[in-house]
Amino acid sequence: MESGTAVKIVLRGRNVVGGRAEGEALVTRDTIPGWGGVNPVQGVITEVRHELCGVSFKGKILVCRGAKGSSGWSAMFHTARLAGTAPKALVFNEMTTKIALGAVVMRVPSVTDLDRDPLDIIETGDWVVVDGDAGTVEITKQQRPATVRHNF
Amino acid sequence: MHLTDSEKEFLDGRRGKAQQKAMELLVRYAEALGADRFVDTKNVCGVPGSANPFLQNYYKDKGTSEYDAIFSFFDLDSDELIEAPQALVSTCCLQGGADPDNWETLGTTPQVFDIYKDREQFAADRGVKILKTCTPYIVGNTPAMGEHCAWMESSAVVYCNSVLGARTNTEGRESTSAAMLTGKIPDWGFHRTEFRYGSHRLDVEIPVESVMDWGLLGYFVGDVVQERIPVLTGRYGQPDLVRHKHFGAAAASSGGVELYHIVGVTPEAPTVEAAFGSNRAVETFKYGAAERTRTYEAINSSASDPHVDYVMLGCPHAALEQIEEAGRLLDGRRISANTALWIFTSRAVKEQAAARGLIDVIARAGGIVMTDTCSAFAQAIPPGTKVAALDSAKQAHYLPAIMNIQTWFGSTRDCINAAMTGKWNPEPL
Repeated sequence: MESGTAVKIVLRGRNVVGGRAEGEALVTRDTIPGWGGVNPVQGVITEVRHELCGVSFKGKILVCRGAKGSSGWSAMFHTARLAGTAPKALVFNEMTTKIALGAVVMRVPSVTDLDRDPLDIIETGDWVVVDGDAGTVEITKQQRPATVRHNF
Repeated sequence: MHLTDSEKEFLDGRRGKAQQKAMELLVRYAEALGADRFVDTKNVCGVPGSANPFLQNYYKDKGTSEYDAIFSFFDLDSDELIEAPQALVSTCCLQGGADPDNWETLGTTPQVFDIYKDREQFAADRGVKILKTCTPYIVGNTPAMGEHCAWMESSAVVYCNSVLGARTNTEGRESTSAAMLTGKIPDWGFHRTEFRYGSHRLDVEIPVESVMDWGLLGYFVGDVVQERIPVLTGRYGQPDLVRHKHFGAAAASSGGVELYHIVGVTPEAPTVEAAFGSNRAVETFKYGAAERTRTYEAINSSASDPHVDYVMLGCPHAALEQIEEAGRLLDGRRISANTALWIFTSRAVKEQAAARGLIDVIARAGGIVMTDTCSAFAQAIPPGTKVAALDSAKQAHYLPAIMNIQTWFGSTRDCINAAMTGKWNPEPL
């Protein structure tokens, strides 16, 4: 966080689950699988063809298109909450019963229907503050070293 | 959101403590969805009070009965311990983790089997119908056209919506347990007519006849439309229950299809216009010979070793006709000493198969018919399995990730041949 110039962007949307959380973003354009595609006790995605296969979502601000797969989605992420491996917050584009119920039982601040596509704006590693009451997402972009050099 | 007087009674606690906690969860869920009201349901399919070893251990010392603790804290996501009451509306228990007769074959330990038996009793004591299958629609729960349901199990949800014309979202563990106590579920998504119209058009340009053909088509459709609503037109025969079962399960696995329309076949699609309603197709896909071959190769992409250790049939749980077919192919023959054959079905269908002598025919050939579960759900395969053969695109989708094995997908006949020879040698596509 020390290097580079911080740029703040605020997105506004609809609150799904209240509360406030901040942390590092984990971003994927793939939908998040549930039963059969995640290991909730370890907090990792296990679906073989997923772009985040083997990656941990524990303590991240999970930014994604939405949820997919089996009806076990909520129970998997509910289990992740108990195991201490859940993401800190959810930011997503496509509302489904799977992700709505999953967000509710994970009890993490969650926001959707944002005024700009969060997948175009947020990158993995950005610092993100999710306000699930106001329905806002504040992103602090870290200028990458390559971009910083380009500015000189 | 708008609450009726009866819903306020639940929320106030006038209908009981557990019912109040159930309603609180349903309100949080409805608000997350953006729903402004509930619909009444008298048809719930879930897994109330069930427990895996993780949950059992986690809640061990948190209540007088760990089942009440699991039901309170997990099923209803309540912070207060409550006593789990009787189901208010008709509720069915879906699949579980072990076969009641062959649990040792599945590698289940006596301790874990005791958990499964106890949790089944817990549900039965609360008036839950013990169907123990992912195919409730085969064993007596066939909701009527337009009936509002609250079902779990993606392959059952897509059948309920598409083939029966009943209305359910893909519900979860917590929402079905809450619906069981209140008869309420958010009025959102597939409960609403305007949500049920098609979004994508699929022109089927080749004949689709066999169960394997319908599985391939379903896997293709799910892959291209993801969680949207496909409308199929073209050169298909009339699919029966088994073909719908394999088509829908595949489409709900490669994508998240919860409702499909097949023009001239499914009840909300007498015509293309009726299926799309006020929508227009956002995209049109064609399914021809090239797409069929590509899909077959994609499902088989995990496999390279032709030596088959294990053949699994019955995903979703086999209908009686499928056990008859296996019996016909196996009658008087014997499977390879190097290969195991497990067939999964519901208890009710197994009983019918037993009455016909089919369980014995399959046993004499070296196969075992089991109930309640499957390899993916129980995470159980014969010891040492590296390569499996399956006639289900859904099981072939999940098993490589869940069990870290290679899976071949083909017809039931290809699979039975593999069981008898120990080799994957499918008929030409």
